[in-house]
Order: sequence, then structure tokens, then C-alpha cells
Amino acid sequence: MSLSAIILVVVVLGVIGWFVGVSRSKSLVAGNVSQLHSRPTYYGSYIFVWAVLPAIFVAAIWSIVSPIYVDNQVRGHLPAEVLSQEQAQQNLSMNIVQSIARGLNTLSSENRPADDVTIEDLKPILAEQGVAIAGSGETYMITSARQMNSMTRSSETMRAVVVIALSLIGFVLAYMQITAKLRARNKVEGVVTGALIVASSIAILTTVGIVFSMLSETTRFFSSVPMTDFFFGVVWDPRFANASDPNAAGQFGLIPLLAGTLYIAFVAMLVAVPVGLFSAIYMAEYAGPKLRSVAKPLLEVLAGIPTIVYGFFALVTVGPFLRDLSAQISGIVSDGGSSFIQAQSVLTAGFVMGIMLIPFVSSLSDDIITQVPGSMRDGSLGLGATRSETVRKVILPAALPGVVGALLLTASRAIGETMIVVLAAGVAARLTINPFEPMTTVTVKIVSQLTGDLEFNSPQTLVAFALGLTLFFITLALNVYALYIVRKYREQYE
Amino acid sequence: MADTFPTDNNTVAPRRRDIGLKQRYAAERRFQLYGKLAIAFGLFFLALLLWTVVSKGYTAFLQTSINLDITFDETVIDPKNERNENPMKLLTANYPKLAEAALYQKLGIDPKDKAQTKAADALISKGARTQLRDMLVSNPDLMNKTQNVWVLASGEVDSAIKGQFDLSVDESRRKIKDNQLEMMDRLKADGSLEGRFNTGLFTNGGSSRPETAGVGVAIIGSAYMMLIVLLTSLPIGVAASIYLEEFAPKNKLTDIIEVNINNLAAVPSIVYGLLGLAVFINFAGMPRSASLVGGLVLSLMTLPTIIIATRAALKAVPPSIRAAALGIGASKNQMVFHHVLPLAAPGVLTGTIIGLAQALGETAPLLLIGMVAFVVDAPATPLDPATALPVQIFMWANEAERAFVERTSGAIIILLAFLAVMNITAIFLRRRFERRW
Repeated sequence: MSLSAIILVVVVLGVIGWFVGVSRSKSLVAGNVSQLHSRPTYYGSYIFVWAVLPAIFVAAIWSIVSPIYVDNQVRGHLPAEVLSQEQAQQNLSMNIVQSIARGLNTLSSENRPADDVTIEDLKPILAEQGVAIAGSGETYMITSARQMNSMTRSSETMRAVVVIALSLIGFVLAYMQITAKLRARNKVEGVVTGALIVASSIAILTTVGIVFSMLSETTRFFSSVPMTDFFFGVVWDPRFANASDPNAAGQFGLIPLLAGTLYIAFVAMLVAVPVGLFSAIYMAEYAGPKLRSVAKPLLEVLAGIPTIVYGFFALVTVGPFLRDLSAQISGIVSDGGSSFIQAQSVLTAGFVMGIMLIPFVSSLSDDIITQVPGSMRDGSLGLGATRSETVRKVILPAALPGVVGALLLTASRAIGETMIVVLAAGVAARLTINPFEPMTTVTVKIVSQLTGDLEFNSPQTLVAFALGLTLFFITLALNVYALYIVRKYREQYE
Repeated sequence: MADTFPTDNNTVAPRRRDIGLKQRYAAERRFQLYGKLAIAFGLFFLALLLWTVVSKGYTAFLQTSINLDITFDETVIDPKNERNENPMKLLTANYPKLAEAALYQKLGIDPKDKAQTKAADALISKGARTQLRDMLVSNPDLMNKTQNVWVLASGEVDSAIKGQFDLSVDESRRKIKDNQLEMMDRLKADGSLEGRFNTGLFTNGGSSRPETAGVGVAIIGSAYMMLIVLLTSLPIGVAASIYLEEFAPKNKLTDIIEVNINNLAAVPSIVYGLLGLAVFINFAGMPRSASLVGGLVLSLMTLPTIIIATRAALKAVPPSIRAAALGIGASKNQMVFHHVLPLAAPGVLTGTIIGLAQALGETAPLLLIGMVAFVVDAPATPLDPATALPVQIFMWANEAERAFVERTSGAIIILLAFLAVMNITAIFLRRRFERRW
């Protein structure tokens, strides 16, 4: 019986239990519901919870544990010469056993091969079913595969029996407990609260998952590449071509990637900060309600456009435009000048990213500026300051911590941005201060190391996790600091 | 002292102190101008961006096709009449030849004239093979009958018709030759060559030929993922926010959860891709490129957005509602689920739609879990390899051919249209159901 069928049976039992519980509770008090401790639906839910929750829990545990157990058992019965081999070799044999087992299952009973079939005979039969056997199979594997299949089958039967029996037991137990005095509501509500707590701990689990999954892969990476080479190396050259040669590990220097990331983020902030700040100030202090109600949502549309669209925009419009523009400028200076801005460059990526970040700066700062109390504004204006003087000398200093927090949040977004730089910044990892040349970023390299079919154990792919962890901690630090500043500031005027 | 503070009325009016009013007003005007310029800058680039996409992409919705009277000639498809024994015969037959023969007839070309026939063959898309094959396989009665069919023109013809090629350059340097242009003109003149609405863009899967490439698979993949995001992150997000907002005691643990959620909202999306790769694919052994994995990764990403929106909506429900419910004897659970949550539902819904819209446009994490796949067939279940709309855009943006720029922009228009519909729905819901207490 498949897992989904079992779950369906259990849920159906639970639903039946719900109706039984409702009618049982009513009949106990002869329809006089007010004599019950809880409303009848809670008695129904009580049976439902008892019939469903323990059963599903056991089914889940069983489904996780059983394949591991079967695998271990089959492995134990492999011939001695296989067991004496290395772990990697054993895993390979087990993979073949697994695919034979899968193939045998797809065969219908009449063309299932005889017990003494050899691997040479079995291979074409399985290939016909679309199951390719990798490597050189051996005949003992068929025995193991059969053993695996029969164990899996009996495990599944047992799972079905146990789970459904458990569900029935829960059903009956709960039914027998129902009396008019049973505090069904409190118990059911306890379960609901428990579910709520589980749901809110998923947020924590996500963070834990991020940190641990990346930490474990990163330590594997650092076991083949020294940590100092990664953090202080100035050459990025992972050498894909020689990935099979263990001696050519390549060089994994973080510095050029980090420099590119920070440089592009800096250019982006150069565009986004003045534009975003000035539009926030204008919107908060000068604009009438009409302009505000039109311009603010329109600017926020910029934040809703997916970053891949910005990447495309940089690739087909901004990049070629800057390249052609620079060709014309150098054409004025000297005849037949070449374009000094390349289509993929720090400038292109940074500029387009800056446009994307405008709404982040402007709406965050807008909120902060409007939070500055009106009395400060009025006081300054009453002393005869012009509005711009009020903004510059009273409002901005008062809002400064909040604005700084907003800018830090924006910067962390610029550092973690991926699609724009993948399409517009280039892939060459190098150190340069010329913004007209391509540089690459941490995020670009994560993408390029992990797309394509690569062996998962090589440092070439594992480095992506080290890069990701670095990125995670940089943005985390920026965010925590920014949230701290923003929160501290908010309390000032409340 | 007497100069500045006159003590009697006979003295002249005091000299005005020079407080630089002129400069100050000029500075004021400059300051305002900067503000206006900043807003104009933002709006200009919004307009430029949309204009770029629309002007490059609207032609993708029309695809040049050629009208041909195609005879399903048995001597070409199945000369030895063995299709009953070998069904593969119908699938592997030389269908392009049928279309080519029909084209020669239409243009009056001698089938033996190698130069002319070669030029004419290049007008028809290679996709004609599958088109004609599917027609015949679904309706075997067509054998030896003549049928009027619109077949796709090749990508080069399409680009030439749409003016994407510069036809004034020397013939040897362009992909479409003079004699082909002359044929196209003749076809156009009798109405056999025209742009027709491009349904293939919405239904086809990946293809290396621009004229038969479409976002069909990507739309299905994205739809699966949105469904998974909705089914997982909405219940979990709502449950988490209810706990944090209504039940949680103020202590260290709930504080940590709060800070955590705020941070998760700002974690770069690519990090979620790494998480998905390490946990779902390597550890849990789920298949690569599957929309299930993509959906789970996007769910984790969307969760903070939904939690933050739901908590705001729950906060907006006035305490008097809670007090009233508790006062007439409701339990805390009943108070939340019978009174507070229904009142907060519009806010929750709005937040969910906005979260879904974010997830729909997300690309980076999907690249890492192998959704950059060349998928031709529509995925039947969320476990099959699929791709997503933004990933399809990314893949097309990397294609060199001119016609793919148009496809990319067309796909972006489709994506933006979905996003616009979702966001407008969210705004509408907010306006319609928002209550001010």
C-alpha cells in the first residue's frame, strides 16, 4: 500500500471519527448540549486528532527509517569480496542493485525472469523498460535486488497494517473516553496551539538549515583548500578543465570576487542614494497629495519588477548604449577611437542595479522622514528657515540614524543581488579600479560554479557554499546592524 | 547701538540686515529642482525599461507563417506501405518534403533547380516536420488528401519580415538572400505569407529554433511552483503569525524568532538556492530540476513576507474585538479563529498575493537547483523536470540569435502581465475589504 493511500485511509477514518464523536456526545446527554463540557464539534475533533495524528506520525517515521534499514540489511548480505572494498566502491555497487531492483519492479509478473537469470540476460530486458544499468553489473546483484524488493514489500505491508491499526486504536480509545465531563475543547485546543508553535519554529529551522547545510559543505571545501588561500587569495582560477586531476585543484581567491561585489554595489549606491533620498524628501516635504499619490506607487513599481528584467535591460539597452557612447566620445578626441566602456562592465551593472534600488531607498527614507515629529518642522519654519534649510538642518539630522539604517539595508540587497550582475557584470574575475571594465561578483560565481553537471564532491562546486556562507554572513551583519539602528531610532519619537 | 536700535521716531528706518535672502531662496529653488529631477529620473527609467521591453517584444506575439496546400502524398510518407506493421514509419517519415513540394508548386519553381529549391526550402521552419506529423498521426484519413495548412516560416524569414535584419547590407553578409526576398514578396502579395497570432509562444516548450520556442513548459512549471508555495507557506505563515501575535509569551525565544524572521526576509535569494540544493536535493534526494524543489525553496523565501503581512493584519484588528469575544466566554482559540482571523483575512490575502508575485519573479535560487533545463515536454507532475518563466527569460537572454531577443521580451511581457494582474488584485482587495477601525 503506498504512503498516499495509507494517509487517505487514515484521514477518512478521522473524518468518520469526527461524525461519530459529534453524534456520540449528543446522544450521551440526549440532545441537551448545554450539559456537555465542550461543544459537540470538539468531541468530534477529539476523535479525529486521536485517529489521525499518531498514525501519520508513525507513518512518517517509518517511511524515513525503513529504506535506511533495508539498505543496511542488503549491504550486509553482499558477497564478502564486495564488503572488503572501499566505501565509494560499495556505494557504486549498491546503486546498481537499486536500479536493478527498480527495474525488476517495473516488469509485469508474466515476463519476470527466472530465478537463475544472469545479468547479461537481464540487462536487455531492463533496458527495454527504460532502466539502464550503469557499469558492469554482476549476477550476485540480482539476488541482492530481489532481497531488497521483498524486504521493501514486506516493510510496506507492515507499515500499512501498523499505521491503520494505530489509527483504529486511537479512534476506539478516544471514543471510549468521551463522557459529558471530558474536557474535549481544552485538549483539542492544546493540539492546535502545539501546531502553531511548530509552524513558527519553521522560521528558526530555516535559518538553522541555511547555516548548517552551508557550514558542512564549507568544511568539506576547506578540507581540500586551506582557509587562508580562500579568504586572502587574490587569484580566482578554479580550473574546470582539470577537475578530474586531483593535483590541479585550482586557486580559489575570494578577494577579486569580493572587490567586484563591493565595487558594483558602491556604483549602485552612488546612483540610488542621491536619487532615492531626494525623491523621498521631495515626496515627503514638498509634493502635493496628487503628485504623491501618482509618483510614489509608480516609483514602487520599480521594486516590483523582477531582477531578471533589469538584467535583460542592462544587456540589451544600457550596456550597448554606454559602449556606443564611449566609442563616439573617443571618436571626437581621436579619429577612429575605440569604445573604452565595455558592454559588460562595473558601470553597466552598477547603474542598472542603482535604478532597481531607488524605490528601496526612497520608500524607506520616506517613512522615516514623515516620522520626524511635525513640531520640529514647525519650530524651524517658525524661526524663519526656508523649507530646504529645515530639511537639511533639522529633519535630516533627526532622521539620520533611520536613513543610515535604510541605506545599510539597501546595501545588503545590492551585495546579494544576482541576476543583474550575472547578465551585465561579466564573468572574468580580476582586480581593477577601472569601472568601465567587467568585474565579477560572489553571486555570479556561485551561479557559474553550480550550473552544469559537475561532480558534487569536487572543490569546484563546494566553493559555492563557502561563497554563499560568506555572502550570508556579510548580509546578515548588515541587516542586524541596520535593524538595530532603525529600531533604536523609532523608539526616540514614540 | 543707536544705529541698529533707534530710540526715537525721528531717525531713519533701520538698515535691513543682509541675511542673504536671495541666495537662500535660490538654494531653496535648487533644492526643489533636485527633488523633481530625482523623481523624473526614476520615472524616466521606469518608462524606458517598459518601453524597451514592449517595443522589442510585442512582435513576438505575431509569427510569420506560410499558407500551403499540402498533399499528404503516400509515395513520400510511406512508399512501401508498411505503416500497419511498423507504426514508427509514420513518425519518421520525410514530412518536410511535403511542405517543400507544396511551396515549389506555389512559387512555380522547378523541383530540379537546385539553387532555387534550396533557397525556397530555407523559408520553411524545421518545425513543420512535427506540425505535419502530428496532423497525420491524429487523423490518418488525411493520407493522399490535400489540406490547406499554415506552416511556420523559418526564424530568418520572420526576422526579415519584422525588420530585424538590415536588408541594405551586401547580400553575402546577410542570412536572407535576394532571391528569398523575392519569393517572400510574391508570397506576401497573394496573402500566403503573413504574421499570425503566435499561439506557439504560449504552448511550446524549449527549442533551439526561435520560431518554435515557447514558454508553455515554463508557465506550467511556474504554476506548479506557485501552487506549492500557496499550499505550504500560507498555512505555515498564518499559523506562525497567529502564534507570535496572539499566543506567544514575551520571552527570549520569541524575541529570537522575531529577529530571525526579519533577517530571513533580507537574506539574498541565492542563499535559499544553496539551501535547497544542500537540503532538498543532496540530503533528501529529491529530483533535480523538479518544480517540487523549486516550490519548496520559494516557499521558504515567501514565508517571511507572509508572516510580516499577516502579523500587521492581526495587529490592525482592535483589542476591543478580542475583549468582547473573551468577555462572552470564548476560549482564546475561539477568539482567534472565530473573530480575529476572519477580520484580518483581507490583509492576509493581500500579503500572500504580494509574496506570490515576488516568488513568481524570482530567478536566482532556481538556477542552482537545476531548473536551467532544456525541457521540451510539458511536465505532468511536480516531480518532472520543468523550468520557470523567469528562468526561461534568463536562458533566452543568453541566446545569440536576433529572434531570441524578441522572444525574451515577449516572455518578459507575459511575466510582467502576470505580476501586474496579481498586484492589481492585491490593491483591489485592499481597497475593497480594508476596514478602518
